[in-house]
Amino acid sequence: MSEIAEAWSYLPGYLSAHVLLSMSALVLGLAISLPLAILAARSRVLGGALLAFAGVIQTIPSLALLALFYPLLLALSHFTTETFGFGFRALGFLPALLALTLYSMLPVLRNTVTALAGMDGGVKMAARGVGMTPWQSLILVELPLAAPVIMAGIRTAAVWVIGTATLATPVGQTSLGNYIFTGLQIENWVFVTFGVVAAAALALVVDRLLALAENGLAVRSRARVIAAAMGLVLVVAASLVPMIGGGGHRIVIGAKNFEEQYILGAVIADRLDKIGIATTERDDLGSNVVFRALAAGDIDVYVDYSGTIWANAMKRADMPGRKAVLGAIEQWTAKTHGIRDLGPLGFENAYALAMRADKAKALHIETLADLAAHARELKIGGDFEIFSRPEWRAVAAAYGLNFAARRQYQPNLMYRALISGDVDVITAFSSDGRVAQYDLKVLSDPKGALPPYDAILLVSPAHAQDQAFLAALKPLIGAIDLKTMQRANLMVDRADDKKSPAEAARWLEGRIGR
Amino acid sequence: MRALSLAVGRGEFLVLIGESGSGKTTTLNMINRLVEPSGGRILVDGEDILAGDAVGWRRRMGYVFQGAGLFPHMTVAENIGVTPKLLGWPKGDIDARVDELLGLVRLAAQDYRGRLPRELSGGQQQRVALARALAARPRIMLMDEPFGALDPIIRDDLAEDYRQIHAALGLTTIFVTHDMTEAMLLGDRIAVMRDGELVQIGTPNELLAAPADDFVRSLVETPKKRARRLAEALRAAP
Repeated sequence: MSEIAEAWSYLPGYLSAHVLLSMSALVLGLAISLPLAILAARSRVLGGALLAFAGVIQTIPSLALLALFYPLLLALSHFTTETFGFGFRALGFLPALLALTLYSMLPVLRNTVTALAGMDGGVKMAARGVGMTPWQSLILVELPLAAPVIMAGIRTAAVWVIGTATLATPVGQTSLGNYIFTGLQIENWVFVTFGVVAAAALALVVDRLLALAENGLAVRSRARVIAAAMGLVLVVAASLVPMIGGGGHRIVIGAKNFEEQYILGAVIADRLDKIGIATTERDDLGSNVVFRALAAGDIDVYVDYSGTIWANAMKRADMPGRKAVLGAIEQWTAKTHGIRDLGPLGFENAYALAMRADKAKALHIETLADLAAHARELKIGGDFEIFSRPEWRAVAAAYGLNFAARRQYQPNLMYRALISGDVDVITAFSSDGRVAQYDLKVLSDPKGALPPYDAILLVSPAHAQDQAFLAALKPLIGAIDLKTMQRANLMVDRADDKKSPAEAARWLEGRIGR
Repeated sequence: MRALSLAVGRGEFLVLIGESGSGKTTTLNMINRLVEPSGGRILVDGEDILAGDAVGWRRRMGYVFQGAGLFPHMTVAENIGVTPKLLGWPKGDIDARVDELLGLVRLAAQDYRGRLPRELSGGQQQRVALARALAARPRIMLMDEPFGALDPIIRDDLAEDYRQIHAALGLTTIFVTHDMTEAMLLGDRIAVMRDGELVQIGTPNELLAAPADDFVRSLVETPKKRARRLAEALRAAP
């Protein structure tokens, strides 16, 4: 029950963001595709080219299309900053808006071109015959007659956009997809179901209202068109209400796509709320995206791990030792990006190769060196990023690791795959509660090929000197040990007596000296 | 179209007749500049209409299309008022004109103003199309088989009504048909076309008396032959 109550409590925020995004994308899409379609209906060549282009866009997986806009906008923002002295937020609303706008275009283009190009020649002839200019013929005769078919295209586009908008979450745009991505991550199926049902219900309501408008246009019933328009305005207005008053600047807290990050995000939010700073969270961001987003000011604060910054952002392959790495990161982030590194939280969440204890024992595997001897007969499972990260290349080269097969999973499904025997080795996380819960054997790294992964608190350039802000967060430094973090993580991961990240965050807060 | 030379007098009712593809509709469309001729001149009151603005020219003449060509999304009143509206008439003038025209084509204004074309019979649609063509007080009317799709009684009614309107308003009408009986009943003169050429032009009596060739002869004799056969058939009946 409490899960449903918690899901409900997020609905106003998620729904308003979802509606605002979908509506903006649809309106922008219409503003572009209607004039294009009108031009295209008069030229066979242009029409063919446009429909082909929109068709190609449609074949790009929607998640990839959304993801591609982030680096594109980031580069553009860098360019405008250098050339004209202003930049813009490349994360969140803008990339999602542009991708969804492109997505919305095909049905509108196709229906409008088909309706206009296929119009009864006699009617167009009559329009010219009574003395209409081509423009008057379009506005007074062709568009009104094509309206029901165009409306059907708009309906299709609306349903697509509302559905696809759930995929905007990983590019940092809050949507009903937050339920789905977070729910999938923490195995909270109430959340996932809630997100799916909410998005479907929204799509259904909008579809019915647009169908009413379409029908009203077809039978020339002004009352129906007006009723549909009023219904749409009502839906949009009602869902946007939570945004009113929530305006003004909010601190954006970033989080990657796993439990620990959600929990720490909630801890940070709680601390800032206490000193009267309004916050909002951007969850489920990729490792590289989140750091660049911080540097660009798209997010204001998040927790990263020293090894990740060392290998991915700084592109370092050498291993000078834990203290030296932390020191170098603090200097480098400040110097190159103006980012404030508040320091380590007190625990490490390292990438570590882990096996089921029974299997490790049977094969006499204790270290990565032992593993290398058997790797050719073993399958490895990893998360979505590890195999393309430099640390992986370093450790694989150091030990000569070569596996029979590689599979990639959502982190929590990865543990399942190991337990069920689908894979033999996984790239586990050392602070993960499930390492202890499942009695996994973490293989030691005698050559020190894997970097340290101290959790560190990073603050955006804009707040690097914000003393009240920094003071609220400083008590977190050195305050969370590995055992405590593992227990908090397990609260969210475990199947029985499962807690939400917010609940785990409250528990964790209780453990931190104030 | 081949070389075509045709003169129409003011107030005249000229019928263009010929088989399908003989160039009747194309001739009509060139006069309205819906089709631009590749050469030659079209003079109205001595003015070369090809030199002026086509859209403005179309608003000055009436055109009744084959199969009415009413705008399906507009009411009867909106259809009739479309050209005056394009010309920027005040709303009150348009409303008054619509009522006047509905009376002229014998449709009760209060019953028909607000109807949509699909709520009308074929004959009523054609009456509305006629009213629409007359709306902006044209002096020249172009009619392309306007009654072709109607059943015979309605067709005769409408044709007779229009012939009276033509006379009462002092219109110059160019009327396309492929029905020689209709042509002879309506036309002051008849122009016979074949393969894009004008074969012969003259009053019904002139065509009957001196047909230019066998084609014209068989065309003009058809109505007489049919009338004779009809009379015989009726006499033979008990």
